[in-house]
Amino acid sequence: MAKGPYSDKVMDHFMNPRNMGEIADANGIGEVGNPACGDVMKIFLKINDDQVVEDVKFKTFGCGAAIASSSMATELMIGKKVEELLALTNQAIVEALDGLPPAKIHCSVMAEEAIEDALKNYFKEKGQDPAIVDEMKAKIRKN
Amino acid sequence: MIYLDNVAGTKPDAKVVEKMMPYFTEHYGNPSAHFYPIGREAFEAMERARGQVAAFVGAKAEEIVFTSCGTESNNLAIKGLLKNPMNKGKHIIISEIEHFSVDSVTAKLRNDGYEITKLKVDDNGLVNPDDLKNAIKKDTALVSIQHTNPEIGTIQYTDKLGAICRESGVTFHVDAVAAAGYSELNVKDLNCDLMSIASQNFYGSKGAGALYIREGVKLSGIMDGGHQERGYRSGTENVPAIVGMGEAAEIAMNDMKVYVPEMVRLQKKLWDGLGGMFDFLHFTGDKDRRRPGHVSFWIEYIEGESLLMWLSLKGIACASGSACSSNILADDEEDLAASYVLTAVGVPSDICAGSLGMSMSKYNTEGDIDKVLEVMPETVKRLCEMSPMYNRK
Ligand code: FES
Repeated sequence: MAKGPYSDKVMDHFMNPRNMGEIADANGIGEVGNPACGDVMKIFLKINDDQVVEDVKFKTFGCGAAIASSSMATELMIGKKVEELLALTNQAIVEALDGLPPAKIHCSVMAEEAIEDALKNYFKEKGQDPAIVDEMKAKIRKN
Repeated sequence: MIYLDNVAGTKPDAKVVEKMMPYFTEHYGNPSAHFYPIGREAFEAMERARGQVAAFVGAKAEEIVFTSCGTESNNLAIKGLLKNPMNKGKHIIISEIEHFSVDSVTAKLRNDGYEITKLKVDDNGLVNPDDLKNAIKKDTALVSIQHTNPEIGTIQYTDKLGAICRESGVTFHVDAVAAAGYSELNVKDLNCDLMSIASQNFYGSKGAGALYIREGVKLSGIMDGGHQERGYRSGTENVPAIVGMGEAAEIAMNDMKVYVPEMVRLQKKLWDGLGGMFDFLHFTGDKDRRRPGHVSFWIEYIEGESLLMWLSLKGIACASGSACSSNILADDEEDLAASYVLTAVGVPSDICAGSLGMSMSKYNTEGDIDKVLEVMPETVKRLCEMSPMYNRK
């Protein structure tokens, strides 16, 4: 069969999305919308006392690339520490998916932003200033 | 695969392909070369096709110019008319749901000092003839309104729009690309001066289109060169495709009365089946005035590209007007935009997301529709489960 615009990895994650769903007792929920196409991505995090991601789930209203990016992102997140999550860029997601068409890169950016939003809400819930996420991120970027 | 994107092009009729073949293998001469047999044969075949296409739309053979596709016919109609020294008008009227080739050609003309009026359509995609009457001005040069919209299937009151243009003495162009082979297209009944059709939409091949130019309408060619097609369209003609177009026109003329009612029956079946399935599915276009075998809709909570991809994986090919699926080969996301046709008929642009169009051909069967109706519920359910919007209902 002729190949479509997406890599096999993207198609695999699109067809068999990993960690799709919600977490009832999530302690960090992130949601972002994409103004370019009206899409929405939601990420649910369960972070334990050691600041390690115990469980993560997603729900996405969006294109094939958006669904695959969310699914791949959750796979890359499980078992990671909070700082490691912040180091997870959209490029890393795109690479893990063996690439995305240029017009679809923004769908992976949505995943990165959803993670960031989830972490901010996680800190907020713990009574901390969510700005800590931006600080941590800036530090990581510098290194 | 169940092919339901026939507004994008149909499977060529085997009889058409058979008629085309000798013009690749035996009669391969250039139709402008009249003094040896293979050239003469090509020429004669092309003229036969011209007669067949003319009969198909109720015109004279001299009123048919062959082009390469619907887009070219639309370009020739609009630019050719305005470029002609006989034209003095500076105002053009189109609707807001025209094909890209009409929409973008006229958009560019704005830079050349033309004034463009885009008539609004109602929620079913229909232009109100009174609006046209009111929009026509002293210097209106051209009205270009499509017959059938490929995306939402709506069929305009073309004859009425044409009568208004005739009364005011304004040239009327009809883009009938999505209509040919599905609606009766008689240029006299439709009161049109220019009409575009394309072979690939009615079981011919890609590479041939035609423009009907009513006798007396003054058009200039937009391609300079060897004066083929009486100067309207210089360039060697695509003889095999044109021969195929003639054959396709004749077949459609004879067979439409058989296959169109069957397509309408299957369309009703698909429409009713989908309508009864989910209360968050909304049809687009006019229920009654629509291209036979065309069903279009949008579904809340889910995005069109992912729906399209799932259906494709299940062996069903159709089209979406979602922004996400709009231009996947574009260099960046700036080129992603929800369909302006859907926006025009009142579908919110973030929701054009879940839009889908299914257009049948004469080859689709009852079994095809059964399969779609079987696959849709599970596919939609799957995507709803994945959607963060669904539970909020
Ligand atoms: S989510 Fe709209 S293009 Fe990917």
